[in-house]
Amino acid sequence: MPPRVIEINQLVKIYQMGEVEVRALDGVDLLVDVGEFLAVMGPSGSGKSTLMNIVGCLDRPTSGSYILDGVDVSKLSRDERAVIRNAKIGFVFQSFNLLARTSALENVELPLLYGEFGWTTELRHNAARASLQRVGLGGREDHYPSQLSGGQQQRVAIARALVTNPAILLADEPTGNLDSRTSEEIMGIFQQLNEEGKTIVLITHEPDIAQHAKRIVHVRDGRIQKDERIEQRRVAIGRWAVRHRSATHPGPSPLCGVGVTG
Amino acid sequence: MKNSIQRLGNITIVGLKAISRNKLRSFLTMLGIVIGVGCVIAVVAIGNGATKSVENTINSLGTNYIMLFPGAVTQSGARLFTGNSNLTPEDADAIKAECPAVAYVCPTVRAAAQVVAGELNWGTSIQGVSTDYPLIRSWNVDQGDFFTDQDVKSTAKVCVLGATVAENLFPNGGAVGQIVRIKNVPFKVDGVLERKGGNMMGQDQDDTIVAPYSTVMKRLSGKTKLDMIQISAAAPNLVQEAQSEIEAVLRQRHRIPPGGDSDFQMRSQEEIAQTQAQSMGTLKNLLLIIAGVSLLIGGIGIMNIMLVSVTERTREIGIRMAIGAKGRHILLQFLFEAVTLAIVGGLIGVALGIATSGVVRHFAGWPIVVTVDSIALSFGVAACVGIFFGFYPARKASRLDPIDALRYE
Ligand SMILES: Nc1ncnc2c1ncn2[C@@H]1O[C@H](COP(=O)(O)OP(=O)(O)OP(=O)(O)O)[C@@H](O)[C@H]1O
Ligand SMILES: [Mg+2]
Repeated sequence: MPPRVIEINQLVKIYQMGEVEVRALDGVDLLVDVGEFLAVMGPSGSGKSTLMNIVGCLDRPTSGSYILDGVDVSKLSRDERAVIRNAKIGFVFQSFNLLARTSALENVELPLLYGEFGWTTELRHNAARASLQRVGLGGREDHYPSQLSGGQQQRVAIARALVTNPAILLADEPTGNLDSRTSEEIMGIFQQLNEEGKTIVLITHEPDIAQHAKRIVHVRDGRIQKDERIEQRRVAIGRWAVRHRSATHPGPSPLCGVGVTG
Repeated sequence: MKNSIQRLGNITIVGLKAISRNKLRSFLTMLGIVIGVGCVIAVVAIGNGATKSVENTINSLGTNYIMLFPGAVTQSGARLFTGNSNLTPEDADAIKAECPAVAYVCPTVRAAAQVVAGELNWGTSIQGVSTDYPLIRSWNVDQGDFFTDQDVKSTAKVCVLGATVAENLFPNGGAVGQIVRIKNVPFKVDGVLERKGGNMMGQDQDDTIVAPYSTVMKRLSGKTKLDMIQISAAAPNLVQEAQSEIEAVLRQRHRIPPGGDSDFQMRSQEEIAQTQAQSMGTLKNLLLIIAGVSLLIGGIGIMNIMLVSVTERTREIGIRMAIGAKGRHILLQFLFEAVTLAIVGGLIGVALGIATSGVVRHFAGWPIVVTVDSIALSFGVAACVGIFFGFYPARKASRLDPIDALRYE
């Protein structure tokens, strides 16, 4: 049996809006194993982003438990969650969220600045460069986000998410700002990374995009309505990443086994 | 430990980059600090200069020195001077003869004139004095001799040149024995005074010619009264006594009834130095106020810009937090940015302060002393301003919620 990455039990998130209680998540159970490629789907307001924020340790649940990569993270403090985010989670956002006027290489290096492991400048450069190569952007290290296309910017964001070799990649509508061709390209990269063993959680409301995953979880009104495995998943056209199958991650990550202290 | 240092280094670089990306704004932010620190440097420099100049005054005049001016001081302390002096050479003689606490007396008249020697000419001030002058001012001749009492009595056309005048009229030396023409009257040069340098107001004391007061009155100014009498008490502790003796002698000679206002006034060396220290003190206080206000405004400026910067970069903060920055990393980043702004502003301020001091020295003629202490002090103050006013915005940044920050447009 493959090891668990995410183990969520009876997760509840309540937003208190004055008198009104909004139950954004209302008892979610979810298990994700290493190497899975999971798409979370659901209509607007169903609680997808709320779930993603908790899974990504940006927020804490009102109740319920959440064990990430063997660590109970549901009751951690702000700083402890920052450490977890840095070590175990790679975020990819809809709006790329790269730092402007900062080169692609520096953007990718960013998570290493805050890591618990003391990265020298040289190690940082090498790790960032390898990560950019992995998403097919070798040679664009010195480009600024404004000099890159949307698809390329999202690839830089993926490289940044990968650089610490996290336990999961969390992508919230990563293709929401991209045209269909570029979306396919990005999904190709995700599929490639998944084939290399990366666990991916993808949030989308586009069925076409969700079909690239191996499993789809449907959320409605803060609950999981349907959990299906995809027998014949869609393979991204022009699987760009296949051509780079030989690209390897920069050695064993020093972040492996980083736990939370205190 | 090593890791934390490494990380601290990385975070400081992040702060530096933010500053260099926004150069003009960063400079404007620093301006208050620049002016504030500049003022502190100038204040301390002028303050030190004032102390030094008071010392110089005391040294150059001697502790026994008393100056006697014509003109009354009313009960209310206002100084009245009608323009007509009533001090005569005979008053001076009487003081010397009748006041035991007085050692030397020098009747003094002044005139300004163009002095010609051969092809060269030089505009300078002429002081008519007696042979007590070198004794009162402890100012000896360097070449030749001072004129004699006989010269004073006989209104001889002789003079002694200050070093600056000698240099300008006789660039090749050999002034002694030559003839200079002052207002077309030929004067024989008896000697050249030793160099004394600038006085407390920065005037070149060597740019002068001294001659017998009798000759100056008769040949050059046509005055019959003295401009001033310079006096030296017999000992430093006799200055007060000398002043009362002089007052008694003059009131009697000028027939001033008891209770009436004197028609002259005296100032001792100590009083002169005090007046001077006071006027410099006023300037110093003014500059200190400017410095304080500028530093305050500078600090508020930094706080303002940092707050704007935090708002503008809310999204950046969200991104950094999402990928693992802790609150204190963000706090340090912004604090470092504020402190850097303050310190770079401080550096520019130090340069400005030194430049200002130089300008003050050049135009106002005060001696100015820039010290390492004052530079260190202003640096410390600038850094403290940066920390103090940078802390609130930095803390605000560090407390942002990553989810809200990421959503910020
Ligand atoms: N910070 C908040 N305060 C109050 N209510 C919130 C907050 N965030 C989300 N909600 C509410 O929780 C519910 C779920 O929101 P969520 O953002 O998770 O939806 P979503 O599935 O991501 O929608 P979309 O597809 O539009 O992004 C909504 O009803 C929303 O109004
Ligand atoms: Mg959403």
